[in-house]
Amino acid sequence: MRIVVTVKYVPDISTDRGFEDCRVRRTPEEGTLNELDENAVEAALQLVEAAGEGEVVAVTVAPPEGDPALRKAFQLGVERGIRVSDDVLAGADYFGTATALAAAVRKLESEGPVDLVVTGMAALDGLGSVVPTLLAAELGRPALTLAKKVSVSDGVLSVTREHDDVTEELTAPLPAVLSVTDTANQPRLPNFKRIMAARAKQVETWTASDIGLDAPVARTRTLSAGRRPERPEVELVTDKGEGGKALAAYLIKNDLV
Amino acid sequence: MTNRTVLVLLDPATEIRTSVLELLTIARGLGTVEAVALEAPGLDVLAQLEAYGVQTVHQAEFSDAAGHVVTGDERHLPPVVAAGLAAALRRTDADMVLLPSSFAAKEAAALTARELGAGLIVDAAGVSEGDDGRIVGSKRVFAGSWDTACEVTTDVAVLTVRANAVVPAPAGAPVNTQTEPLPVEVPNLGMTLASREVKTRSGDRPPLDEAAIVVAGGRGTDGDFAPVTELADALGAAVGASRDAVFEGWWDTYIGQTGVTIAPRVYIGAGISGAPHHRGGMQASQRIVAVNSDPEAPILEICDFAVIGELADVLPQAAEEIRRHKG
Ligand SMILES: Cc1cc2nc3c(=O)[nH]c(=O)nc-3n(C[C@H](O)[C@H](O)[C@H](O)COP(=O)(O)OP(=O)(O)OC[C@H]3O[C@@H](n4cnc5c(N)ncnc54)[C@H](O)[C@@H]3O)c2cc1C
Ligand SMILES: Nc1ncnc2c1ncn2[C@@H]1O[C@H](COP(=O)(O)O)[C@@H](O)[C@H]1O
Repeated sequence: MRIVVTVKYVPDISTDRGFEDCRVRRTPEEGTLNELDENAVEAALQLVEAAGEGEVVAVTVAPPEGDPALRKAFQLGVERGIRVSDDVLAGADYFGTATALAAAVRKLESEGPVDLVVTGMAALDGLGSVVPTLLAAELGRPALTLAKKVSVSDGVLSVTREHDDVTEELTAPLPAVLSVTDTANQPRLPNFKRIMAARAKQVETWTASDIGLDAPVARTRTLSAGRRPERPEVELVTDKGEGGKALAAYLIKNDLV
Repeated sequence: MTNRTVLVLLDPATEIRTSVLELLTIARGLGTVEAVALEAPGLDVLAQLEAYGVQTVHQAEFSDAAGHVVTGDERHLPPVVAAGLAAALRRTDADMVLLPSSFAAKEAAALTARELGAGLIVDAAGVSEGDDGRIVGSKRVFAGSWDTACEVTTDVAVLTVRANAVVPAPAGAPVNTQTEPLPVEVPNLGMTLASREVKTRSGDRPPLDEAAIVVAGGRGTDGDFAPVTELADALGAAVGASRDAVFEGWWDTYIGQTGVTIAPRVYIGAGISGAPHHRGGMQASQRIVAVNSDPEAPILEICDFAVIGELADVLPQAAEEIRRHKG
């Protein structure tokens, strides 16, 4: 089984995230592999392990600063890491990203079949949750998204998917695109052996022309990005028997009842 | 303002959700409002559409490539919804499509925009018209710490709008809503929907993603949600939880980055520490209130009001006061 997993480098959600010139500020100190893509990597590794043979290839669309996402994927046991980087991709929107990922998958397919593409449920910077479905449409493959349970048998992918207030069971013959939620699995930790093995690995870089990609045209433009004013100082009440009354009074005073 | 036509997705069409009334209110501010339904709208739904000024409902009638009628659950799958919206847009020559910000609707929105070559904004907290007449969506990002404005540069705009973006308001005068059948061919899905189950929305409490007031419980409840639900019911609020509380089996739906994203008028978190993952789903709330026994809990950094104390004491007392106030 040959699986491509898509990974993104995002600002760590526990740091003070922000914008610079209407673009998300990405610094090496604050960046990390999108936590939800660890679930994607885990799902891919487990499926290859269950199949008994195969390869997991990680792909990211990012400038060179995005390499730590691939390095982390190496440490988790991913064999190859590819970064699609090109000036024409700077400022790409969801469609540009999905098109670039699809072109990379097609290029990998020219080397040998890709049975499955696995993605995270959302990139924690933009929280779009739309790239997986767009990538699937681009590849002409079914999208089984937001899976919390995954299995493959006899070349058929089955998932239980939970979203909003709906639970669905879906099946599709491979090849397909799968996105997994944070409850689908428990990502493994890098161990010493894998960390050492990861050191020897090189990130491969592909340009737009390497993968036959035309410059995407963004369909949206960020006009402004500004930090919101700090919330006013918190009004603190220590409960000495009247805390509930104080809470009720606050809600009533602010017309919230 | 212009002669813009705005399509609003009505899914399900058997009941009207507050999120849809909000979308209709936004749409009316931007132009002529038409709705797209995937099934026959119920009678009281139609009455609401009339009150909210919806001129036309395009009721999709799905068939497969061989011409067989499709009426199953697959009508709600994103590629099918997108086919319906794209067909409606082509027929009406509309300029804009509005959907709620659920996971399924975001996927449908993305596929619709892809099909139409339209620009997409997900999770908008507001929609307006820019100086040059282009559609601008405002978004609150990074757990509510930044405001951004994003312009759609294509002629057609597709937006998903977060709940509580506006207060729903009916039109000045009701209209006579026309229902028109809309033939739609279901695309080849390449997958099979083996089952679909919709959680029944518990009758008395408003749904979490749409409620104006939310009371949420965390690990600090130690498994007893009675004080949380008591306060919620006194306020007519929805009930939510932290992911830890859901993993413990104490409640069924959690708020947060990977759970439900909410932006109510007031969020009350009891026994919740305010981890970054949780904040990501509630920090856009207009007011944030906490009840926590720890004066150092991180949630206090983002609160407007907090009571330091035992939630089992504080919440029932607050509920009692509120019931008294309401008479
Ligand atoms: C990939 C990933 C995604 C995640 N996504 C989400 C998400 O979407 N949503 C989410 O919520 N979490 C999410 N989490 C989990 C998150 O990181 C936290 O672990 C979780 O939110 C903590 O839940 P809590 O606040 O209930 O528990 P705790 O952090 O244990 O906090 C309990 C709080 O209760 C207080 N308390 C204790 N006893 C009392 C009492 N008697 N009265 C009053 N207060 C009391 C304590 O002081 C403490 O502040 C995610 C984690 C991961 C790894
Ligand atoms: N630039 C990118 N490079 C690689 N994968 C991406 C990129 N953007 C999004 N993805 C993948 O798509 C998933 C959903 O992203 P999004 O739709 O942006 O929330 C992520 O979890 C990633 O697996």
